[in-house]
Amino acid sequence: MSVDKSTVVRIAKLARIRVPEAELDGLADELNNILGWVEQLNEVDTEGVAPMSSGVEGMALRWRKDDVTDGDRRDDVLANAPDSRDGFFVVPKVIE
Amino acid sequence: MAALTELTIAEARDGLAKKEFSARELAEAHIAAVEAARELNAFVVETPERALADADASDARRARGAAGSLDGIPVAIKDLFCTEGIRTTACSHILDGFVPPYESTVTAKMRAAGAVMLGKTNMDEFAMGSSNETSYWGPVKNPWRRKGDNRTLVPGGSSGGSASAVAARLCLGATGTDTGGSIRQPASFCGIVGVKPTYGRCSRWGIVAFASSLDQAGPMTRTVRDSAIMLGAMAGFDPRDSTSADLPVPDFEAVLGQGVKGMRIGIPKEYRVDGMDAEIAALWDRGAQWLVDAGAEIVEVSLPRTKYALPTYYIIAPAEASSNLARYDGMRYGLRVEGANPTETYENTRGEGFGREVRRRIMIGTYVLSAGYYDAYYKKAQRVRKLIADEFAAAFGRVDAILAPTAPTAAFREGEKSGDLIAMYLNDVLTVPASLAGLPAISVPAGLSGDGLPLGLQLITRPFDEETLFRAADALERAAGFTARPG
Repeated sequence: MSVDKSTVVRIAKLARIRVPEAELDGLADELNNILGWVEQLNEVDTEGVAPMSSGVEGMALRWRKDDVTDGDRRDDVLANAPDSRDGFFVVPKVIE
Repeated sequence: MAALTELTIAEARDGLAKKEFSARELAEAHIAAVEAARELNAFVVETPERALADADASDARRARGAAGSLDGIPVAIKDLFCTEGIRTTACSHILDGFVPPYESTVTAKMRAAGAVMLGKTNMDEFAMGSSNETSYWGPVKNPWRRKGDNRTLVPGGSSGGSASAVAARLCLGATGTDTGGSIRQPASFCGIVGVKPTYGRCSRWGIVAFASSLDQAGPMTRTVRDSAIMLGAMAGFDPRDSTSADLPVPDFEAVLGQGVKGMRIGIPKEYRVDGMDAEIAALWDRGAQWLVDAGAEIVEVSLPRTKYALPTYYIIAPAEASSNLARYDGMRYGLRVEGANPTETYENTRGEGFGREVRRRIMIGTYVLSAGYYDAYYKKAQRVRKLIADEFAAAFGRVDAILAPTAPTAAFREGEKSGDLIAMYLNDVLTVPASLAGLPAISVPAGLSGDGLPLGLQLITRPFDEETLFRAADALERAAGFTARPG
């Protein structure tokens, strides 16, 4: 399948990345190049094969108790904020 | 005595133990080397004061008889590892000025073992690249040059700054991370040793995430022994990483010298890929012969789906990256580029903050995870990944280790491949399969190309069998007798 300009706009919107109009065509070509190349996976018969989602075979994620293990670090958390005030993050106005 | 920067970690450890020199003298020699080699652009942050303070603390510990396994050893840390109080940006504009209030588990373990930190090394932005050309801080130079050709070569990537720094004698060892080859390929390009441990061997906690089911930290050093020493300090169970393996860390150094007598070494015929340099194929044959001469048996094995590993990787890694990098929203840390409303602020921040390759991979990942395409791309890739892992498991029923080249070519020139995405991705064709299966692998410098560039051979073993990996790598290193050095 082929990615056109409007699809690039849609993906960019989903990914929350501003792409200048002038770059859309070039990006569509690049994405098509990569997607066309990965299509070769369709040659592989994967009928009945369980998808592998762990980093190494047979690894199961551990469970832990739902306990508080960290906290009281407000100033650390805010230390890198582009903007903060009175112990809060300052963000653009969300509700008009 | 040789210059302090020429020592291996093992030699420096012995010299420090015998009080032939102090950790402070060792640190000062390396701080001077780092300053003298700034044109390589291997470091993005230098921490000389921290190095001297670490060294003085190390000398004090040694005087008390409490030295750890890396005590007084000057190391460099890839900029992907969060280091408390020291700027960490993953070499991305979007993490401008980020100073972590915490320390990654791996670097904390190295500190606890006494390591002296010289600074943070340059890398491809968010570890996405194979040439170190995508860094926001500019490309790293490989200290090696082709014979009779002064043009700059890339160090490989993404751990290019670490590889260049180790090869140029700016540090005794450096940390790297490997998602699809980011330790092994630059190690091969720079003539050093690089280890990607089994997935789960080293904690990922505090390492800036790229593709979480693939990312692994590992050592980059000038000898196999040094990697064994360093991995021993980096590895180990960490409850803060849900995929950390709750297994004891073996004494990797103890297996060195045990030899490969009776070991079965697999040669996967599908690794003879199109575009492999003839002299690399010849070096591979030579490496197999060296292991035979040392008492191993060579067995041909088949990994028929090898050619599908790279396209599988280029679905799975971008998919995981698009999810992991969603956190960079300009609100809580790093760069913020204001817009008229929150959505515009996100879009402006991410449009400006991410470089071209990172934007491209996030968009590929977003696409393959989007409604209607998830099964066709992402799930399909996860199924092929399972088949690739199964093929390795079958091969390891017959052999103890697999031998192959690390990369299909030697280091290339800056800009030589940046115009062709797929050509750049093909650098990782021989390293990605082991990454997908989560297997431990090592690159060992094994020879020089006709024009004088280092070439690496790769060994791969069963999950959590780094001991066999180090045993075979040690035999390979002894036989190769690689003593060439850049410059």
